Amino acid sequence: MLPLIPPLPSLLPLLQSWFDTSLLDGKTLILLVAILLVLGVCWIGSRLLRRQPAANLDAAIIRTFDNRVSAWLTICLLLAVTMLFGRIFTVLFFFFVSFWALREFITMTPTRRGDHRTLFWVFFLFTPLQYVMVAFDWYQLYTIVIPVYASLFIPGRIAMTGDTKRFLERIAKIQFGLLICVYALSHAPALLYLKLQRLNMTSYEWEEWNGKPAGILLFFVIMVQVSDTLHFAWDRLFGKHVIAPTVNSTRTWEGIIGAAVGTAIAGMLIQLLLPVTPFTWYGAGIMAALISVMASSGSMTMSAIKRDRGVKDYGTLVQGHAGVLDRIDSVCFAAPIFFHVTRFFLERPETASEMARQLTGNLPF
Amino acid sequence: MKSISVPVLAGLAKFFSGATVRWVGCEPDSCQRVYFANHTSHLDALVLWASLPKQLRAITRPVAAKDYWDGGPVRRYVSSLFNVILIDRKQVKAHNSPIDMMIREIGTRDSLIVFPEGSRNPTGEMRDFKSGMYYLAKKRPDLEFMPVYIDNLNRVMPKGEFLPVPLLSCITIGPPIWLETGERKHQFLSRARAEIIKLKEQDSNEV
Repeated sequence: MLPLIPPLPSLLPLLQSWFDTSLLDGKTLILLVAILLVLGVCWIGSRLLRRQPAANLDAAIIRTFDNRVSAWLTICLLLAVTMLFGRIFTVLFFFFVSFWALREFITMTPTRRGDHRTLFWVFFLFTPLQYVMVAFDWYQLYTIVIPVYASLFIPGRIAMTGDTKRFLERIAKIQFGLLICVYALSHAPALLYLKLQRLNMTSYEWEEWNGKPAGILLFFVIMVQVSDTLHFAWDRLFGKHVIAPTVNSTRTWEGIIGAAVGTAIAGMLIQLLLPVTPFTWYGAGIMAALISVMASSGSMTMSAIKRDRGVKDYGTLVQGHAGVLDRIDSVCFAAPIFFHVTRFFLERPETASEMARQLTGNLPF
Repeated sequence: MKSISVPVLAGLAKFFSGATVRWVGCEPDSCQRVYFANHTSHLDALVLWASLPKQLRAITRPVAAKDYWDGGPVRRYVSSLFNVILIDRKQVKAHNSPIDMMIREIGTRDSLIVFPEGSRNPTGEMRDFKSGMYYLAKKRPDLEFMPVYIDNLNRVMPKGEFLPVPLLSCITIGPPIWLETGERKHQFLSRARAEIIKLKEQDSNEV
């Protein structure tokens, strides 16, 4: 009799080969499961609190907490699923997030009739193109297409419509939206394509980093979350010196500094307990602090834009939409800086020449 | 074929318009209704129809201008999918009254989507309503007249454009009104217009 289910030992190589092609390995999987568990517990807790509010807690804080936890849980679940399927799905996931964020941004921005066709190209050419280039790892193209080509295309195309009213303001707004929502965010999935080296802490020599690339993206996403949470907590508990009351009345200097220090400690701990990145332990701390500072300034910038436009959340701008941009503003600001600093310090030096060799191949020179 | 293409069309319309629907002080119902809305874009009829629940879509017929939806094979095909009643704006005569035609078409089952401003206003300000809606209410006093406020759709597809930009829009449907006994034509029409403006102000207050 033939067994319907193959015996367990024969499944193991299959599982092994699948692990080799997927973005995850043991360490990254543990980290992913851990973060999902933490978020899951927080989510259940906030649901219970909402149903049965504790007398000594502010209802508004619980609501904010609940919204954030739900949003982050959704993001992490989707990220986990796409990471299991592979790199291309993760890129696709970020493309959809970008598309939706840009949609929210442009909806909030007053544009004129003359901008219509430009906006069409922004949505249906530049946004998908950016992610196609990331998926093909065309580093030299995706770092310049939006800042150079799109930035020149937008004013050129709008000028051709002949509508000069608030011209500079309109082009600046469209450029900024594209830069933040698409260009900046696309650097997060681009992390998966980096070929990195690490410093061996015993021999003090550079060696190839063989970890799964998902580790570095996970590290980044978790650090942004930790930073947001710590910022919120420090503001509420110890916040005294408000940075700019006209922008956000709850963001304080204590919050920014506390979050940066706290995130740095969290980064070091993760790297020491579960080394998923090529950073040294102190390197991980510095990178985490950098992520935290960028994340805070991202939230501040988006708050300033919202105040300027007179809206509270991008989500309430058009009734019933969950504001994607509200949740990813910090990710958008931190992604390109984290990407470039990592690349600058840790990219394998032979990668460039290797690529050149592949391209020229058997040419006689 | 239609069983596939109709949901696809509705899905596309909902995706490109990013429309959220809010029923304020009313619920979706299969009774005979007339949805009357402000007119800002050629997409209005399609998006409002698409954002109704599936069961209502089959029995709701938008009234639209023949000169637009009859222009070219693509528009003709699309309009055949969502059961449009086409009205020839240039040929409105007493013996060929569009109101009689609408009443004939809906029978005792269907609902209507009408744009009583007649044509779109590029400035976004609402025009005065055409009198057709009053005669419709007078001939069929049993119909529920639902005010609908469509927001931001003119930016998704402005006049004269053929490619949409996928911004987010919002459709607010308010509580029904009826023709009161002894109500004059201009009273009814301005009351109906005021209902839509009320929904618009509610919308901006909540933000």
